[in-house]
Amino acid sequence: MKTTILILFTLVFSGLNAQNAEQILEKVDANMSSENRVFESSMTILGRRGSRTITSRSYAEGTKKSFTEYLSPASEKGTKMLKLDKQLWIYSPSTDRTIQLSGHMLKQSVMGSDLSYEDMMDDRKLTDVYEAVISGEEIINGRKTWLLTLTARVSDATYYSQKVWIDTERFVPLKQELYAKSGKLLKQTKLSEVIKVQGRWFPAKVIYKDMLKQGDGTEFIMTKISFDQKIPEHIFTKASLKQ
Amino acid sequence: MKLALKLAYRNLIGAGLRTWLNVVVLSFSFVTIIWLKGVMTGWDYQSKTDMTNWEIGGGQYWHNSYDPYDPFSINDSHAAIPEDLDALAKKGEALPMLLIQGSIFPEGRMMPVTIRGVDPDQTLLYLPTSKLDTTDGIVPAIIGVQMAKQSRLNEGDFVTLRWRDANGTFDATDVMIAAIFSANVPAVDLGQIYIPLSTLQDFALLPGEATLITLKNEEMKWPEKEGWIFKSKNELTKQVDEMIKTKSTGQNVIYGILLLLAMLAIFDTQVMSIFRRQKEIGTYVALGYTRQEVVGLFTVEGSMHAVLAALLSAAYGMPFLIWMAKVGWTMPIDASEFGMAIAQTLYPIYTVGLVVGTVIMVTITTAIVSYLPSRKIAKMNPTDALRGKLQ
Repeated sequence: MKTTILILFTLVFSGLNAQNAEQILEKVDANMSSENRVFESSMTILGRRGSRTITSRSYAEGTKKSFTEYLSPASEKGTKMLKLDKQLWIYSPSTDRTIQLSGHMLKQSVMGSDLSYEDMMDDRKLTDVYEAVISGEEIINGRKTWLLTLTARVSDATYYSQKVWIDTERFVPLKQELYAKSGKLLKQTKLSEVIKVQGRWFPAKVIYKDMLKQGDGTEFIMTKISFDQKIPEHIFTKASLKQ
Repeated sequence: MKLALKLAYRNLIGAGLRTWLNVVVLSFSFVTIIWLKGVMTGWDYQSKTDMTNWEIGGGQYWHNSYDPYDPFSINDSHAAIPEDLDALAKKGEALPMLLIQGSIFPEGRMMPVTIRGVDPDQTLLYLPTSKLDTTDGIVPAIIGVQMAKQSRLNEGDFVTLRWRDANGTFDATDVMIAAIFSANVPAVDLGQIYIPLSTLQDFALLPGEATLITLKNEEMKWPEKEGWIFKSKNELTKQVDEMIKTKSTGQNVIYGILLLLAMLAIFDTQVMSIFRRQKEIGTYVALGYTRQEVVGLFTVEGSMHAVLAALLSAAYGMPFLIWMAKVGWTMPIDASEFGMAIAQTLYPIYTVGLVVGTVIMVTITTAIVSYLPSRKIAKMNPTDALRGKLQ
């Protein structure tokens, strides 16, 4: 009798736990994903021999379309990047050429950062890709967080599993660890400076760290962001790369 | 004719230093041409032999999407190994290889690589795959010398290998460099890392699949297979032929310059002989020689430079050429930068055809160059020639 009660209790509790985890993830997606967004950012690559900062303006529509124009430094100014579904093109003003990235090139880092072009290609909603389980609670930067363990529910997830620390009040991730199928930690992301924009919480500062590479990571700061803006359709065309 | 040869020989030897200078220049052309052509033949042989031993065997089946020059193609280039080829592979007469793209992280630097899955028990290629046969749970890997140099990896080092499986999910593991091999074929070395085929098939979620299948038997007529394209050894070594053809064209310019120098000297000698030996020419005609016979005599005399040069070449050139064939010629620049199968040291190969062909070619050229100034003799007035009057 005692065992039956214990099993029932465990099942009910784990069901609730899973449901809560899914709900948490949905709220995270609501904060982090949007129909479209326009933002300006600065990306600081913290290398072994010093750091360098690159600023850019980006337009994104859903998870399939994005367009980025680099604004500084002078060496990168005018470089543009267009992502349409699974294709990525880069325009370089110095050569006045547009090239499509593929194969090995997609594995290379973006402007020497800890982000690869491949990373930029995949930004589906967490709820679309993962099943979540609450694994614990922790304090990060003085804020209470749930630790969610995510396991891929689809076969084509980029990372098989993740650990995500979610702010219990604002429903934004404050830390994220991305794991290979073998369980090896591949990437770590630390998110901070959470601000409220158009009714949603959003981390303005993100530090990406490729755990397999040396260096202190890449700091990504949103200097300006607005959601659900009207973006002209011509932005997401190859013609806009040369304009 | 015998008399003409005798006279020609006597006149040549009588000319002393002038003859020997011509002969030395011409013999230098002989030796250089044979040596350079020998290096080319040696390169051709060595490249094709190395490619056969290390990369292509007796021909290959490629998955129909596979294009080594198109990185777009590699991730989609895999299919189940056809049954008959799988049976051949079990007998050691075919070698399936699976290729996927990945990255290694030596000392925290990311390097894109092609991961090649290969059977550790294979003996078809020279790759030291027996080093991949371990049972202690470690994933062993072998790489080439150039790859080791670029990644600064040594035998026994561990390096993280990252790849995406067939569904696009990242996976990573630490592999141990079990052996570093030295091959003159960059395609099997630069940017390549080899792990056991079954391990890679598991990692990539592609059981029983391969990208290319190398065959042992070159002679057999290999049938068409759906989804696979057969590449014969000739097709796979075409780039070597093209490279050698390009290099040979460049070398022909060098041969031309060398021959031009030698022929100029012979031409000058002939012109001077005819100018200075007019009395002799008149005497020959007075003694009953026809003008054409005198032209022939002078042509034989000029051509004999080539014969003497061939003899001199044999005297000092043969030891040199034999010595070069033994020790080889080491290129002053790093051969790995060529991006194709070429050894740092090339061993010349001299064939009978090469030597005989060169001798005939130089002798005929010398005969033509000797004949051209001699034609003037036919227009000479023998009486004036006897008087030594300039014509």
